[in-house]
Amino acid sequence: MWDLSSCALSTARLRGATYADARVMDVRHRDVSTKNGEVGTVAESVSYGIGIRVIANGAWGFAATDRLTRAGIQACAAQAVAIAKASALTKRADVVMAPEQPFVDSWQSPFLKDPFEIPIESQLDLLLSADAEMRRVKGVTLAETGMSFRKLDVWFASSIGSRIHQRKVSSGCGIVATSFRGSEIQKRSYPSSFGGQHALQGYELVESLEIVRHAPRVAEEAVALHGAAQCPESTGTIILDGSQLGLQIHESIGHPIELDRVLGQEANFAGMSFLTLEKLGKLRYGSEIVNVVADARLEHGPGLGTFAYDDEGVSAQCTDIIKDGLFTGYLSNRETAAAIGLARSSGTMRAESWNRLPIIRMTNISILPGQWSPGDLVADTDDGIWMETNRSWSIDDRRYHFQFSTEIGWEIKGGKKTRMLKNPSYSGITTEFWNSCDAICSRKHWTLWGTPNCGKGQPQQTMGTGHGAAPARFRNVKIGSAFSEL
Amino acid sequence: MTRARIHASRPAAEQLLSDAELRRLAEAVFRASDADETEVHIDVVSDALTRFANNSIHQNVAEQNLTVSVRTVYDGRTARATTNRTDADSLRQVVNASASLARSQPKNPRLLPMPGPQKYARVHRFVGRTAQASPADRARAVRGVCELAAKRDQTAAGIFTTGAMQFAMANSRGLFAAYRQTRAEFSVTMLESDSSGWAKANSPDVSALEPLALAVRASEKAERSRQPHELLPGRYTVILEPAAVLDLVGFLFYDFAATAIRDQRSCFNRRMGKRVLGRNITIWDDVTHPLQTGAPFDGEGIPRQKVLLVDRGIPENLVYSRAAAKEMRKRPTGHGFALPNEYGEASMNLVFAGGKSSVDEMIASTDRGLLVTRLWYIREVDPYEKVLTGMTRDGTFLIENGRIAGGIRNFRFNQSVLEMLSNVEALGPAVRAAGEEAFEMVVPPMKVRDFRFTEVTKF
Repeated sequence: MWDLSSCALSTARLRGATYADARVMDVRHRDVSTKNGEVGTVAESVSYGIGIRVIANGAWGFAATDRLTRAGIQACAAQAVAIAKASALTKRADVVMAPEQPFVDSWQSPFLKDPFEIPIESQLDLLLSADAEMRRVKGVTLAETGMSFRKLDVWFASSIGSRIHQRKVSSGCGIVATSFRGSEIQKRSYPSSFGGQHALQGYELVESLEIVRHAPRVAEEAVALHGAAQCPESTGTIILDGSQLGLQIHESIGHPIELDRVLGQEANFAGMSFLTLEKLGKLRYGSEIVNVVADARLEHGPGLGTFAYDDEGVSAQCTDIIKDGLFTGYLSNRETAAAIGLARSSGTMRAESWNRLPIIRMTNISILPGQWSPGDLVADTDDGIWMETNRSWSIDDRRYHFQFSTEIGWEIKGGKKTRMLKNPSYSGITTEFWNSCDAICSRKHWTLWGTPNCGKGQPQQTMGTGHGAAPARFRNVKIGSAFSEL
Repeated sequence: MTRARIHASRPAAEQLLSDAELRRLAEAVFRASDADETEVHIDVVSDALTRFANNSIHQNVAEQNLTVSVRTVYDGRTARATTNRTDADSLRQVVNASASLARSQPKNPRLLPMPGPQKYARVHRFVGRTAQASPADRARAVRGVCELAAKRDQTAAGIFTTGAMQFAMANSRGLFAAYRQTRAEFSVTMLESDSSGWAKANSPDVSALEPLALAVRASEKAERSRQPHELLPGRYTVILEPAAVLDLVGFLFYDFAATAIRDQRSCFNRRMGKRVLGRNITIWDDVTHPLQTGAPFDGEGIPRQKVLLVDRGIPENLVYSRAAAKEMRKRPTGHGFALPNEYGEASMNLVFAGGKSSVDEMIASTDRGLLVTRLWYIREVDPYEKVLTGMTRDGTFLIENGRIAGGIRNFRFNQSVLEMLSNVEALGPAVRAAGEEAFEMVVPPMKVRDFRFTEVTKF
């Protein structure tokens, strides 16, 4: 592969580029799903190509092609330079990047069982078994199951001398039971919504989830929700399960810390951020027990945001985002790091595939565990609501005001989980919410959740991100406004 | 097989294949297959996008890609495999991958034989000047917009994209369908310190976009919404510009699917034939409408039919894939997704009947209400009542005594689309609207009473 990227870099240089990098990628997907006892999707795809990014005349250009011949790559590199020169027509200043050292390395994410080596029959058998278990429960009107796998090889080369090969294997699996009765559709998902749990792991992830064992409970809860009480409208205490807290982190911490948003580069689509530069090191983002990191290193766990190097050739790092409640760090790349005077990029440039430009993306944005157990947390709560598994999520374009709803809730009275509640929702202002956090469960209850469907950029890119979280408690939260009487 | 592709740096039009080249590619796949039946999808994309922010271009990209997707059928079993490599070995591999996946699964007794040759409506959505647009063409347009922003002490951000795509399908029963289309889109946000405005348009024809005029509109919205006031949440009369209407009603696109009704996840379950929307709401699915885009055939190769979905407030008809049609004893309408899939079909080309009121007339007729330019981050809260939540964005105004009184802080809404479409007081002419949450459709601006805003944000 290195001859292909060398060809790209030398052509770019000859055409006038002062910087160039090239990513050759070979991407393989498998998707398997069932619905109501029948096979839904069985599909595989492979995609292979090169993305070439250059600076010429002080401005950026990017071109990508699937034509991996010498002539195709030369043409693509020339196109990237021509595009950069067109960008320079509106240039206000030359692109400046924070310094970075060259790396020559090869890395593979660890996995025990290659999911592409597992026979389709076995995968379908497992899904159809879980599907059948859900349909065994009277009142289930729709049972859905799915698995998805991705194997990715990336050969990154840059004009500063980096030559990095990475191989990543990720897996995902989940089940959903839906029940339609009267004028109500209720559903339950396991182990989370968005297709379940996803991680930088092999088929061992699927096996660890034990979907067949969980299927009856999931189905029974979906049906039982019809008879549950409506979540009341109030201001009070909520406890979020780990998967919901993961999404809360994603939306109200992960996105606002993206430095490209802060600097206005996403203003037209994804929006901007309330975390303007003067807030760094000064804003009380959360209560003193809130500690959040952006950690792409393998030692953080096999998350969807785990890698050895980002797609700009910067090594994986751990950045303190919130330390003892104080806002301390952004997600940056080489260009935005230089723009705000940082010595180095925090290593968060990621591209969906070879045909997309790397942009700043979340890695694993995780809250560090506290000391509580879920049982003690409930026992310590006199009046509250336990909310579990995301159903809908929405936040404004500066990441201030959010509203989430979950699939299921349980009322907590006198330190005990009591009746089931349907249609739970809560809303708030980001910093007020995180400052109301007064308890986080311990490492034992902490999971590195995978969010496979984060959209950003134009053309839009879908990226997987990781979010380590454990159940946590929040006080004085607005509850139920999604269904309030107005 | 060596691809008959030309030079990567040449314009988008030259990246597309002739019908003869498409057929040769399909035939190479058929030759490599020993399946009972074989189907080939060929997708070609040649797109470029110029992105600007802070009054300069900061991202500027182009891509070329061709994918070949093969579906084989062996004794009632089917599966799909896709590749973007088109040499002979790769085509053999993708056929073998599809065969291996198909043979590994249980027989599907409801799998239908592939359709034979079909006849399609003629649509012309390929405009040469769009396919020929260069990075310099886009950069010059963006420069004009950035200069306008600088002159007005505003900051511009947005995109200008141009490109061409091609989709063809063929099967071993002789079906062949090919479609090509160009696409141009310009979107701009103009920002001030405490306000913003937005405008967007797309068309197969780049010359129809008028980037500077869109920028002027966005700029004026930013100017008029300075120093926004905070209003209390509540139910308000709203005037929704077409982009806002689109991003709400776009959530209905799957509810008209026969498979969604069968699976009992459509909001029209138990509501078909009943008046659940206002009498002034009529909706078709019509790919041939002059303001629509898209291929005149579906992922199964069936011609897309014009379907009257809602007739004066009453949901009357659904769209059907071949399998759903057989099961429900209907005729397929040409809205099926590529097989295999679990979703069946969807209405991808919604066209709403419009009215005669202009947005200005709607404003003039409103004593107190809100004008909404655009919505953001819309998600479904209640699938059966079709309650959606989201935020207003980039130009939300208070109307008092028939005039715009000024900008307001952005609201969160929790609103049933079914209720909204029962409360429409006035409709404007239907236009091709472009938003961010739904794909483009033909919808009118609407004046809606009792729109439900539940909370307000900080800006």
